[in-house]
Amino acid sequence: MKKVTLPLSEKDKKELRAGDCVLASGTVYTARDCAHKRIFALLDENKPLPFPLEGAFIYYAGPCPAPEGKACGSCGPTTSARMNAFAPRLLKLGLGGMVGKGEMSEETRIAIEEKKAIYFAAIGGAGAFYGNAIRQCELVAFPDLLSEAIYKMQIEDFPLVVAIDSNGKSIFHR
Amino acid sequence: MRTLDTKLLSDCVYRLAAKAGLTLTDSCRTALLNASQNESGAAAFALESLIENEKIAQREKMPVCQDTGMAVVLLEIGQDVHLTGAPLTEAVDDGVRRAYCEGHFRKSVCDPLTRVNTGDNTPARLHTEIVAGDKVKVTFLPKGFGSENMSRLYMLTPAEGRDGIVKAIVEAVKLAGSRPCPPVYVGVGIGGSFDGAAFLAKKALMREVGSRNERADVSSIEEEALEKINSLGIGAQGFGGKVTALGVSCEIAPTHIAGLPVAVNIQCHCVRCEKETI
Repeated sequence: MKKVTLPLSEKDKKELRAGDCVLASGTVYTARDCAHKRIFALLDENKPLPFPLEGAFIYYAGPCPAPEGKACGSCGPTTSARMNAFAPRLLKLGLGGMVGKGEMSEETRIAIEEKKAIYFAAIGGAGAFYGNAIRQCELVAFPDLLSEAIYKMQIEDFPLVVAIDSNGKSIFHR
Repeated sequence: MRTLDTKLLSDCVYRLAAKAGLTLTDSCRTALLNASQNESGAAAFALESLIENEKIAQREKMPVCQDTGMAVVLLEIGQDVHLTGAPLTEAVDDGVRRAYCEGHFRKSVCDPLTRVNTGDNTPARLHTEIVAGDKVKVTFLPKGFGSENMSRLYMLTPAEGRDGIVKAIVEAVKLAGSRPCPPVYVGVGIGGSFDGAAFLAKKALMREVGSRNERADVSSIEEEALEKINSLGIGAQGFGGKVTALGVSCEIAPTHIAGLPVAVNIQCHCVRCEKETI
């Protein structure tokens, strides 16, 4: 299986096709519903964001607390469709792509195509699998949100499927 | 009359919750294995990952899914039981609290408006039923919300009848698409009232995947709906394939002459449900 590093190089973004299975390593930032709302509030107030959006990858996920000796607890993807309200604007501001589960809206798909970004589907429900492949997990912002806070994660060999590629082709289109 | 301290129920809820977070039901695991042998490509990749995922969960003592759910607890309380000690609701919540905190489970319960997390996954969704006997049967179902969000309630007319029920079940799964972590397990409540149908659907999810309702006419709805769902082509994770649902379970109760409530409660492929009688 092809190995890739997040954030993705422009070359990888161009070459990956919907349906490709990859093992991804590198850096992702977690954000779910509440964290996105707060990012939007910061954007509206012209305040600095907790992490640089340019090229970054957001992982739609909220981990379980880390057990003794682990960087992170179980941490599979959450349903991406709930973030359709946020993804297009973040993509237009330079977000490199997202990792989540399930289909996303037409508006998001178009934003991905326009910005030559990418959307990966992780395997929903495989929380232990992904949690066990997280090497570092650092709280970045909004600690009061607990599992919904923003965490910077170093991941290793995350099995992912290219769900919407940089040409806007979606694995979910039937 | 048997006297039972609610501390025993609290400890039972604790045991069941702690186990459920780390374990799929046997029938779910079997259904996933069967499904993985019938698929190819990305869907097979997903199903094989899920089987491997449970092994990692057991080995590493990590929850199978990070969504350790809202704690749904059903207590079937024998009418010859006299409960003593702490109030029942507090005892159940105490069991949930201990299991979720000690097990490093995610705390996923919050105020619906302020979104402030309660911090310990309480309160549980506690259901009680008074039954015959002097025992208490405890069922613990951690319910994830990726799938709960995709559930639907239909208030059908009597004219829509059996075919309308099948249509509603299939439609709910179709509209959910890839979002609830398919292959799903579908719990259906037929009859009762607005609230009653929803509770029946939840109880249907407490049955083993692949089990059949004793009534032949209800069982035939389960079979037909499953066949039609698996013709939708959604497949594991929405990657396309033959297995969109692992099973359909229907529970039924009498309803009003004017109505036909049908609740469709969707459960993801991560079916976790533990039971104990004390």
